[in-house]
Amino acid sequence: MTATLTAPPQLNRKKQGKPKQNREAILLFLPALLPVLILSVYPLIRGIALGFTNARAGLHVESKFVGFDNFAKLLHNNLFWDSFRIGVIWTLSVTILQFVAALGLALLLNTDLKFRGVARTLALIPWAMPPVVVAIMWRLLLHPTNGPVNEILQKLHLTDHPINFLGDFSTALPAVIVVGIWVGMPMTTVTLLAGLQGIDRTLYEAAAVDGAGAWSQFWYITLPQLRTVIVAITSLDMIWNFNSFGLVYVLTAGGPGGKTMLPMLFAYNEAFRYGNFGMAAAMGDVMVVIIILFLFFYLRNRLRSEA
Amino acid sequence: MRTRPTTRVLQYVAVLAYLVFLGFPLLWLISSSLKSPQEFASITPSILPKHVEFSNYSDALTEQGLIRGLGNSLQISIYSTILVLIVALPVSYALARFRSRLRPLTNGWILVSQVFPVILIVIPLFMILRPLHLTNTIPGVVIVYMVWSLPFALWMLQGYVAAVPRELEEAASVDGASRLRTIVSIVMPLLRPGLIATAMFTFISAWNEFFFALVLLQDPQLKTLPLVLARFVGAEGQVQFGPLAAASVLATVPSLVFFAFLQRRLTSGLLSGAVKG
Repeated sequence: MTATLTAPPQLNRKKQGKPKQNREAILLFLPALLPVLILSVYPLIRGIALGFTNARAGLHVESKFVGFDNFAKLLHNNLFWDSFRIGVIWTLSVTILQFVAALGLALLLNTDLKFRGVARTLALIPWAMPPVVVAIMWRLLLHPTNGPVNEILQKLHLTDHPINFLGDFSTALPAVIVVGIWVGMPMTTVTLLAGLQGIDRTLYEAAAVDGAGAWSQFWYITLPQLRTVIVAITSLDMIWNFNSFGLVYVLTAGGPGGKTMLPMLFAYNEAFRYGNFGMAAAMGDVMVVIIILFLFFYLRNRLRSEA
Repeated sequence: MRTRPTTRVLQYVAVLAYLVFLGFPLLWLISSSLKSPQEFASITPSILPKHVEFSNYSDALTEQGLIRGLGNSLQISIYSTILVLIVALPVSYALARFRSRLRPLTNGWILVSQVFPVILIVIPLFMILRPLHLTNTIPGVVIVYMVWSLPFALWMLQGYVAAVPRELEEAASVDGASRLRTIVSIVMPLLRPGLIATAMFTFISAWNEFFFALVLLQDPQLKTLPLVLARFVGAEGQVQFGPLAAASVLATVPSLVFFAFLQRRLTSGLLSGAVKG
């Protein structure tokens, strides 16, 4: 009797509850909705679409749909493919080397060494610095005549003449990659460290009882346990590195002779130096496709090996 | 853990190597900012300045563009941080508490906005803001920063909201408090650490931002600090390294102060975002 009496109202409340919750949620979303739609969602879509037009800079310039014209032109633009090749070398080298260096540091910070606090703080500093300042700082460090790096190399007799790291065809890209590693290490280290601290200690104890050495503990416990964190942070690093701009813009501006012309810098010049908005957007489209394909394969392989 | 002495020594050597790699560049920048022009010109640079001089700082600060850049950066960063907090708080509350259809949409947007190269976004942004007369203005840059630091702010705050026990809110609603009242007087005070952390991240990312500012601000009067610094470098021939180093140190100070303040919470904050978000 009581059951039949109380059941209907409960059902009712359930039916009303959903729409009411949704209405409340929408109200809470409202202040964000308009700016996000106008300044993020719309530009994203418009940006993709721009790649299929011949839009140019200027206030009253007509632009029209040109289909795949821009992409056809890009296909024969060797400079663009050069910058793409440089972008891929940059992205992979920075991401991989940064990961290895950060993993090493995270492992060290996860032990009971002294100076851990100091090391942790120092490790985080590059993160807080404006990329422009990082670039200026490294220009001072790598300066051919009064930079300390050249000074040290000469003292150690590793070179007999000062090297113009950022101005030399053969050293510019490696030098820029080193700076890229320096900048990105904190984020990667902190993330990996957080992952390390989440690993169950008893796993190591059990392994030690079974006679596993440090190396096999690392190989059979640490790495597999960290897999999700590793996949997440390397994917993000790859995206960030591929899309990075300010650092290299101030370090070399793409020079010398285009040796460090990352795709973003190339597209930026196309858009804001030459005013070819449509063409620059097409380059952006190609970049998106590449990133998505790359992530797709990377994540699929990772996830498959996990299963 | 029993660690052999040789391993221990190797570990310290490795830590030291990391510290040098990460710390030396900064040390050099600071030391450069304290060197006299004569010492700068010397062919054998020393790590620490022989005579500490602050003339580079006064030189940098008398530079007109630099002070203005500092002021512009400060204004833009503060305004966009306030806006982000106002907008992000209700949204992250809704994301953490309601299972509405907006949730997967928002998370999808957060992801997409990370993957897209900014060049694709900045051109349409430029085309949208220009007819509204918002290019080349501080409000224009502020709203752009607001929207573009929102994903990370939402991602962070969501985790903090989810950590606030639901029971507290239920108790308040039993006592007859409205949803708004509950958010303002129960959830917000508990969220203070999360709000502070989010505010700092937003401030630093606005303070450090370069690309959007480069495209949207052409007027020399409005240029932010990173733009002013980057222009100094561009004129390599006559560039004065001392004042440039001093200005660079000054540009890093706010981030470092915030950082020192935040350092403790950082690891746990990131983790809570990662687990709950």
